Amino acid sequence: MSKILIIAEHDGSVINPSTAKTIACAAEINGGEIVVAVFASSAASIAAEASQIDSVARVLTIERPENAHALAAVLAPQVAALAAGYSHVFGPSTTFGKDLLPRVAALLGVNQISDIMSVTSSHTFQRSIYAGNAVITVEAPADYVVVATVRTASYREAGSGNSAPIEAADATVEVPDYTRFVELKSGKTDRPDLQTAAKVVSGGRALASAENFDILYKLAEKLGAGVGASRAAVDAGYVPNEMQVGQTGKIIAPDLYMAIGISGAIQHLTGIKDAGTIVAINKDGEAPIFEVADIGLVGDLFKIVPELTDALP
Amino acid sequence: MDKILVGLKRVVDYNVRVRVRHDGSGVDTDGVKMSINPFDEIALEEALRIKESVNATEVIVISVGSSAAQQQLRTGLAMGADRAILVEVDEELDPLSCARVFKAIIDREKVDLVLLGKQAIDNDNSQTGQMLAAIWDRPQATFASEIVFDGDKARVTREVDIGLETIEIDLPAVITADLRLNEPRYVKLPDIMKAKKKTLEEIPLADLGIELGPAIKATAFEAPAERQRGIMVDDVAGLIAALKDKGLL
Repeated sequence: MSKILIIAEHDGSVINPSTAKTIACAAEINGGEIVVAVFASSAASIAAEASQIDSVARVLTIERPENAHALAAVLAPQVAALAAGYSHVFGPSTTFGKDLLPRVAALLGVNQISDIMSVTSSHTFQRSIYAGNAVITVEAPADYVVVATVRTASYREAGSGNSAPIEAADATVEVPDYTRFVELKSGKTDRPDLQTAAKVVSGGRALASAENFDILYKLAEKLGAGVGASRAAVDAGYVPNEMQVGQTGKIIAPDLYMAIGISGAIQHLTGIKDAGTIVAINKDGEAPIFEVADIGLVGDLFKIVPELTDALP
Repeated sequence: MDKILVGLKRVVDYNVRVRVRHDGSGVDTDGVKMSINPFDEIALEEALRIKESVNATEVIVISVGSSAAQQQLRTGLAMGADRAILVEVDEELDPLSCARVFKAIIDREKVDLVLLGKQAIDNDNSQTGQMLAAIWDRPQATFASEIVFDGDKARVTREVDIGLETIEIDLPAVITADLRLNEPRYVKLPDIMKAKKKTLEEIPLADLGIELGPAIKATAFEAPAERQRGIMVDDVAGLIAALKDKGLL
């Protein structure tokens, strides 16, 4: 039987939705027992949230002051020690999981599977390569622990209504002090989180300035949407890095994605290919974004976007 | 600072749209343009700037791959690296084995800093740097967008999902480069000529005596499900009608 250890992602007090998505992936492994590990300086509120997620059998808390910030070098030896007796160790394919899980895998002497899109069996999974231009089936060796990250855009959050037991786990592993947290600068807004928003409005280079993004923020507000951007818009300094959607930014799957002034490079498209409906607004009717858009509108975004915003209730 | 080691992976060029072979045996890379992985190029640019600003002794570029990767190493030398190492192996090595190769080279040289790209754009794994840091038991700073040195420490700003995180790490360490760390320089013709005279050492993988695997096997390749081209609307009213039609408004 599979025994799956999930490393919870959180901000120190609240669990990240990526955790419930990772659990949804793990739940696809037949007959697996799912255990969630919360590494924190104070884990109670996070563990309480984790225990409510469906399919979770147990929640383990590993509390120590060094776990106040998610530093891979500090967490990895603890995860590796906790992994004894587990067949799988999963985390989300967010910057948190991508930083941590390969380090865990190396400590356990195994390779890691990145960005699971679907589960075929306990040791066989699908993932995409070449910016989404190919999907490969990968098979992990049978006699080793499977360490993997889960592509969160491929899964909906597991339901909530559980009340799994919470236990404190042993936390005595030695951890290095050669990595120290300094600060986190977050452009936190009231807008829905880009990675979990049901609707996303996204802008490209054609917005031409940081100020012009205001028209997208206004549209997003009317729609209750998160706001994203193409790499070109981030590189140009119009918006901060955390808004980048694509192969090297965030991979998202909202019900509605509005690509505004985005030409649609393959690296961008790989970040939205699981979106429900894609709307493209672009002045160039030949832009590749129209090849994948469900609804296309050719025209001047500076006229269309305010007109659309005004027309919405 | 002592030596800086930079990994350069030979990958299908950023602009090539790779396709899966009809028989599902792999992706078709015959005759396509090959380049340095773009993130590795950023890593090398950063190494060259660090060498100039804090007087590192040497920038060594390393590639693990077939002899064809000499081409990418020569480009790295033309950009300004001092010498190159090719660890020769015909098949693609898994990330853990690749990390062990880097570790074997670190053990031979006096390396203070390893700079790698945050991911290779072929397999999109994003693993080798973190794995190297683990088996070397040294700090890692992944997805770096700014690096500031202070003696034997570095402050690294990382592009994370919720913004920018800064951590302080002791050297030696592994740093992986994100897109906005810098803009790599263009190589000029005289530099290409000069690069031909620089040392490129070839080491057969077997000579390093490292353990390989256990590898994860790729058992099937498929083309991704394609999205279909949808409808075009003429104006905002048409767009709103279409969105309402789909229940999105």
